[in-house]
Amino acid sequence: MRRNWPVLLLGLVLLIGLILPLASGAAPAGFYVEVLLGGLMTGVLYSLVALGFALIFKASGVFNFAQGAMVLFAALAVARLAEHMPLWAAIVISLAIMVLVAWLIERLVLRPLVNQEGVALLMATLGVTYFLDGFGQTVWGSDIYKIDLGIAKEPVMILEQVFQGGILVNKEDFVAALVAAALVAGLTIFFQKTATGRALRAVADDHQAAQSIGIPLNRIWVVVWSIAGLVALVAGVIWGSKLGVQFSIAQVALKALPVVILGGFTSVSGAIVGGLIVGVGEKMAEVFLGPVLVKAFDLAGGGIENWFAYVLALLFLLVRPEGLFGEKHIDRV
Amino acid sequence: MLYRENGQFKSSYAADQQMLPILQDRVIMFAALVFAFAAVPLIASDYLFLSILIPFLILTLAAIGLNILVGYCGQISIGHAAFMAVGAYAAYNLAVRVPGLSFLVVLPFAGLVAAAVGVLFGIPSLRIKGLYLAVATLAAQFFMDWLFARVKWFTNYSSSGSVSTAPIELFGWVIETPVEKYVFLLAVLIVFTVLAKNIVRGHIGREWMAMRDMDVAAEVIGIRPVYAKLTAFAVSAFYCGVAGALWGFMHLGSWEPLAFNLNLSLNLLFMIIIGGMGSLLGSYFGAAFIVVLPILLNQVPAALGIPMSTAMASHLEFMIFGALIVVFLIVEPHGLARLWAIGKEKLRLWPFPH
Repeated sequence: MRRNWPVLLLGLVLLIGLILPLASGAAPAGFYVEVLLGGLMTGVLYSLVALGFALIFKASGVFNFAQGAMVLFAALAVARLAEHMPLWAAIVISLAIMVLVAWLIERLVLRPLVNQEGVALLMATLGVTYFLDGFGQTVWGSDIYKIDLGIAKEPVMILEQVFQGGILVNKEDFVAALVAAALVAGLTIFFQKTATGRALRAVADDHQAAQSIGIPLNRIWVVVWSIAGLVALVAGVIWGSKLGVQFSIAQVALKALPVVILGGFTSVSGAIVGGLIVGVGEKMAEVFLGPVLVKAFDLAGGGIENWFAYVLALLFLLVRPEGLFGEKHIDRV
Repeated sequence: MLYRENGQFKSSYAADQQMLPILQDRVIMFAALVFAFAAVPLIASDYLFLSILIPFLILTLAAIGLNILVGYCGQISIGHAAFMAVGAYAAYNLAVRVPGLSFLVVLPFAGLVAAAVGVLFGIPSLRIKGLYLAVATLAAQFFMDWLFARVKWFTNYSSSGSVSTAPIELFGWVIETPVEKYVFLLAVLIVFTVLAKNIVRGHIGREWMAMRDMDVAAEVIGIRPVYAKLTAFAVSAFYCGVAGALWGFMHLGSWEPLAFNLNLSLNLLFMIIIGGMGSLLGSYFGAAFIVVLPILLNQVPAALGIPMSTAMASHLEFMIFGALIVVFLIVEPHGLARLWAIGKEKLRLWPFPH
């Protein structure tokens, strides 16, 4: 417990950074809340991608670099299929495709590599990332596509009485947040209450013990990868409808890496909280810290949200390598 | 039949420790060097120089650098293009701010600056490893991308953010034509390869390998982890910094802030996976593979009369790279270098394998 003070210090600095713009009067309250909400919404997207990471890592010890590529692949599938059929049908078929893809990855790539070092597995999923990026764009095309969820996109003004000028909010963002919350709730119930979920948790705790009491590891891993495919699909649809489906999704999804470091590799709730912290943190940094830096160092523009999450994760690694909610066990060198 | 060491006895310590202990290897190496220095400049076209040989030589240097860290010391990095960027910008700034400085000063300076930055970003490796380190090096990548794109001082206040370099002069020799660049780069690469070979088979290289194989055991027998890891980061970043400076000055000439992006980092990693981790020869194979494959993919379908758009070719390239990585990791984790070694072993026994 003695080691807790650096974490507290880091948290304190972040908290001060969060409050300072409002307290110093640099930003009007309405604008501040808008930025905060925007950050939270981005954070939800990060959380969704990070959730996929955490699920697979927990159950099979594989650090799935390809989660971002899976998100892109799913989003492309939905966008292109929806051109020919109603949206719900496109989503159902995409789900089937994602389960198939997940199953194939597990079968062809990771099964032969069972018991290899984590780094070899990481590189294998890097290979999968490249393959999926190329394959997805070969099959579905590489333009920018749209997913239309049929929700009004124009922003709504709310809380006009509370803040001067009100707050602009996208209805879509709220739906996205609701869907994400529903997904997490559903997953939690699945993990806690169903037999398969219990088996999954058993495998996550100890592969060998789980196998020795008769849990079929192979089937469990297929299930886990399929769930990761489902999470990727949800993330892809939400992201695609918000920002359009294009190649950059796979790159932005890399942000989920610092998120899982922040939250802890094995923790579902960590993925959610970490995503929100990163989302809010980088938006705040971009909007409020960015201009200060630009002025102080005479920079050619802001853009610190590109690295903020990573550097935050780096600092976090130094003070608390296991993340906020991760298990304490980590190889100290 | 011809390739075997029968009858070659070592009668001194020097002979025991030479780099190429077998006579046939020395002959082949000598022939290869003569070919590379004398024959290639005569027969190769400018296209071959500019789009294959020059990138190949520079990327090999960078791959050796990454291989020292990943292959020999076992610390993963997916941000090594960042150190190339550091080297390139360090060289550019020194060349711009101190006119008339010899490139032989600029190049080591670029390496040293990169090494310093490498040590800085290597510090997390003292507490974390594996996947965690991957993210830490990713932080280096994105931070450096941003730094060189945004801080105007590094690009000498150029309005577009891109920088351009003058041709290099070395003792009155202006290196301008592709052939001259090729010869210069080849010489640099050979010097650095010999250096790397001697580093990795010396005591420090053996410390790195001990850290890679089992860090706790290495510590128990008296290897200092801090020293071993940080030197690996420093040497690795030094090589990449030199490679970055060469890449900027010799290959690109002028470059934009994102010339050293994540893609380049990943390509470097692919080079050493495909070529062979923990093998200098593997760095050569891997770099050659990664440089040649995209060009082949662009030209073979056209030559066969199959119409293929450039977008399609680039997607195919992605797919083939990805699939190859997976195949190599599953089938031959030690890469092309291992296949080469197997071939050599077969050759020694041929034609009487029993």
